[in-house]
Amino acid sequence: MSDITVVLPSVLQPLAGGQSYLTTPANGAVTVESLLDAVTGDYPVLARRLRDETGSLRRYVNIYVNGEEVRRLKGLDTEVAAGQEVLIIQSVAGG
Amino acid sequence: MGFMATAESYVLAIGTKKGLWLARSTDRKEWSLSGPHFLMSEIPSIGIDTRGDNPRIMVGVRSEHWGPTVAHSDDLGATWTEPEQGAIKFPEGTDAALERIWQIYPDSASRPGVVWAGCEPISVWKSTDGGEHFELNRGLWDHPHRSEWGAGYGGAAAHSIVVNPSGENVHVAMSTGGVYRSLDGGASWEARNKGIQVRFMPDPYPEFGQCVHKIAADAAVEGRLYAQNHHGVYRTDDNGENWISIAEGLPADFGFVMLTHPRREGTAWVVPIKADSERIPPDGHLAVHRTDDAGNTWKRLDVGLPDHEYNAVLRDAAAVDSAEPVGVYFGTRGGSVYASADEGESFIEVASHLPDVLCVRAAVVSGDLAELAAAPTASGLPA
Repeated sequence: MSDITVVLPSVLQPLAGGQSYLTTPANGAVTVESLLDAVTGDYPVLARRLRDETGSLRRYVNIYVNGEEVRRLKGLDTEVAAGQEVLIIQSVAGG
Repeated sequence: MGFMATAESYVLAIGTKKGLWLARSTDRKEWSLSGPHFLMSEIPSIGIDTRGDNPRIMVGVRSEHWGPTVAHSDDLGATWTEPEQGAIKFPEGTDAALERIWQIYPDSASRPGVVWAGCEPISVWKSTDGGEHFELNRGLWDHPHRSEWGAGYGGAAAHSIVVNPSGENVHVAMSTGGVYRSLDGGASWEARNKGIQVRFMPDPYPEFGQCVHKIAADAAVEGRLYAQNHHGVYRTDDNGENWISIAEGLPADFGFVMLTHPRREGTAWVVPIKADSERIPPDGHLAVHRTDDAGNTWKRLDVGLPDHEYNAVLRDAAAVDSAEPVGVYFGTRGGSVYASADEGESFIEVASHLPDVLCVRAAVVSGDLAELAAAPTASGLPA
């Protein structure tokens, strides 16, 4: 079984103990939502930076699965396959 | 630079659109600035809690990317702490998410540990552990008017919280919605806007819906409060039952700021802005106005302020300290910060060319931390 890897932007790495990526085993059907639950379980502050208390992805946080931004797929219900890499990237915001 | 062998010093916290700056002084004439802390996050709210042995600075932080959070420092900004689960979090079932913390209000010395917060979406919160965890005020959240409250230009928020000495009377102001009052410590709420005019609705005197920009209580007269409205400056002498205009004598009745003296009856400060449609100081001349007789007369105060200024001063970008005489502080959207050590009679510029100033708070610091060196040049929270 392959792991799924979530790659963090450098600005968020201090919230994950300095790690640049987090991995979780691909057990059964994995969605972006369950993936985020799994990899941020030990890092509650990181979890809050990505999603608000309703569970929604913050507006200017983009997550890419297989090179596609998940809002163009099925959002947090987007499935992630074993061995895939998931990228978290902040979008352009502010001025 | 350290502040050695001084019994007291002053701290001025400056929240901007792109971070927090802290200024320290021993005499309110020379200020030493540190920052930015939380670079690239806006700091729309600050509370300095001086009730304990050491002051606690609490800040509402909001990153455009990573959302809002509350952080606190017990060492005047050298280090910051953020509760892991977040200090303010809408409970399940509300289907709401915190957008921005607009107000952090330490309660009176007789209720140590109690801190109130006003937030967007429109909500009021209360902490009993010094601002580390807040609970949603259900009485206001479940108010039948809530669905009719609107958003001001800056967002829909509860931005002013005033608690009387006994703790029974709580007034909040929201944009837009107006003033709401609780007589039972926050359990239940009623709109209290009689006499406050609305220029942007068909009915100029509705029960609620006003865009009250800021309220503040007279420290010495129970039941007396002042309001800077979206056009209109008002006073109530009966705990909010009736509001009367005190705008006569001011160059404009628009503005965002309302400050009151921490001890003296009848003293308040405003910073007039020309109009809703022309958000500059009247004629481009920035001035603070003070009343010493509860709004019957106003005195223009502009010594030390620039000849020309076209930036507005936002509702929380002004504060007083508790010293004698009282210090008055404010910052502009152009990033200038001014301080007065004589109740507004004269000002000096503490900082310039900062990002838009959203919030300032000042406090007298005594005890061990009064001698602490100015905070390092940068600190904050990850991300």
